[in-house]
Amino acid sequence: MSTITETTVETATQHGIREGAFGNATALSCRECGATAPLGPHYACPECFGPLEVSYDFPAVTREQIAAGPRNIWRYKALLPVPSDIESSPNTEPGFTRLLRADNLGRELGIDTLWVKDDSTNPTNSFKDRVVACALSAAREFGSRVFACPSTGNLANAVAAAGARAGIKTVVFIPSNLEKPKQVNSAVYTDSLVAVDGNYDDVNRLASEIAGEEEGWAFVNVNVRPYYAEGSKTLGYEIAEQLGWRLPDQVVIPVASGSQLTKVHKAFGELIKLGLVEDKPYKVYGAQATGCSPVSTAYKAGVDAIRPVKPDTIAKSLAIGNPADGIYVLDICRQTGGAVEDVTDDEVRAGILLLARNEGIFTETAGGTTVACLKKLVETGQLDPTLETVVINTGMGLKTLDAVADQVGAAATIAPTYDAFRATGIA
Amino acid sequence: MAISVRIPTILRTYTGGSSEVTAAGSTLTEVLDDLEANHPGIRARVLDDAGEIRRFVNVYVGNDDVRFLDGLSTPTADGAQISIIPAVAGGC
Ligand SMILES: Cc1ncc(COP(=O)(O)O)c(C=O)c1O
Repeated sequence: MSTITETTVETATQHGIREGAFGNATALSCRECGATAPLGPHYACPECFGPLEVSYDFPAVTREQIAAGPRNIWRYKALLPVPSDIESSPNTEPGFTRLLRADNLGRELGIDTLWVKDDSTNPTNSFKDRVVACALSAAREFGSRVFACPSTGNLANAVAAAGARAGIKTVVFIPSNLEKPKQVNSAVYTDSLVAVDGNYDDVNRLASEIAGEEEGWAFVNVNVRPYYAEGSKTLGYEIAEQLGWRLPDQVVIPVASGSQLTKVHKAFGELIKLGLVEDKPYKVYGAQATGCSPVSTAYKAGVDAIRPVKPDTIAKSLAIGNPADGIYVLDICRQTGGAVEDVTDDEVRAGILLLARNEGIFTETAGGTTVACLKKLVETGQLDPTLETVVINTGMGLKTLDAVADQVGAAATIAPTYDAFRATGIA
Repeated sequence: MAISVRIPTILRTYTGGSSEVTAAGSTLTEVLDDLEANHPGIRARVLDDAGEIRRFVNVYVGNDDVRFLDGLSTPTADGAQISIIPAVAGGC
């Protein structure tokens, strides 16, 4: 055994972590000051409180190796903080969702080449199944007793389902005014859904306090957040692989905390670094609802600091008034030549119908926000309609039925006769 | 009656492991000064070099983020509860 291997083993055992538990991940490093910490259930930099991120020592990875993997996110396991035997542990196996050519919507919006990355077909119908799968792996490796999260709904659904499959106790915290379908979608999987009187930022704060006090709890987006967040990279990997191993020119992504947008950008950068795609410029655009648009507001004002807001929008899954990754979203959108835009609740509803009636995809309010922002970005000349564009649909419309329930319905109610039908003028 | 301050795990090295300590002061600035007097080093972790609350630290007086109140000048009445909580970057 070489000295290097011995040191690695020693470090791993010192922290009670089995060797290879985090795959090719080597450490946690602070995004703000660069300080490093050993792999563990840590999330805030011990020096400056900045967010800790997973860093890696990637082996050479080929397109062929990835293509030979399963049709879920584990095909990218070499690029994630998970063990090489990850497929042997029960998980919800999310990912490899469809990338659809959206010619009808493209024509409607005047965009030459438009794709929809439809993440509403994940096991619990949002992109959150991706992050939760990685968080579950980390929780397992840390020997956690409880799998938990504060959530605006989708994350709670994903945590509750994955925990049920893994046989680990789950406790999920949500704002009490959340959409009913999202509450039911968690409560069917767990008997410990906790509704908190307050907004998401209040729920998030409570979770941080509990995470600081309770031993053995893995809060997916608090103390195991660095591992969780890496799961979002798979959305970026898939887009590139499904385009035939190349990057799109532009991508439009909804922003709540800003984590997902940040990780899609990280994924594209890694693919370039690993030589899996050709290096080329791409623009990243963020989408928010005007009723909770602290990042868009900062973008438009040309400032770097984000002022927290009290959310008031139907896009509840995007209703984070104090987005911790917001500053990184600003940096990425500015650096890549993209933008951050926001739209009113009426535009969100119209965005849902625009996607449904043009492409047969029923998205939730987050997707309505994203499609409406895409439309606005084209109309205001911020997005070049001649460039290849991908818009991400992160969640499923059945979870936010109320948003459009009053806008759609029977075109006519008629007697069961041919004459009555003729009279409607629909024929 | 004093003010109670909840301390996050990563700052408990300054408070001898205590998750809650008492402090005095009529504004957040004064409370942080008092904390510093009793737990040297703690203020520099909460405030940056410019003396502002670090970007990734949230401070609450009662239930309100002081960014919605008067920041460091936020009044701290007798019996107030202050919480210092690392901002959680990512995911909802
Ligand atoms: C459907 C949907 N889209 C987008 C987001 C935003 O994700 P992020 O917090 O990573 O910005 C969320 C967050 O819950 C969501 O549920």
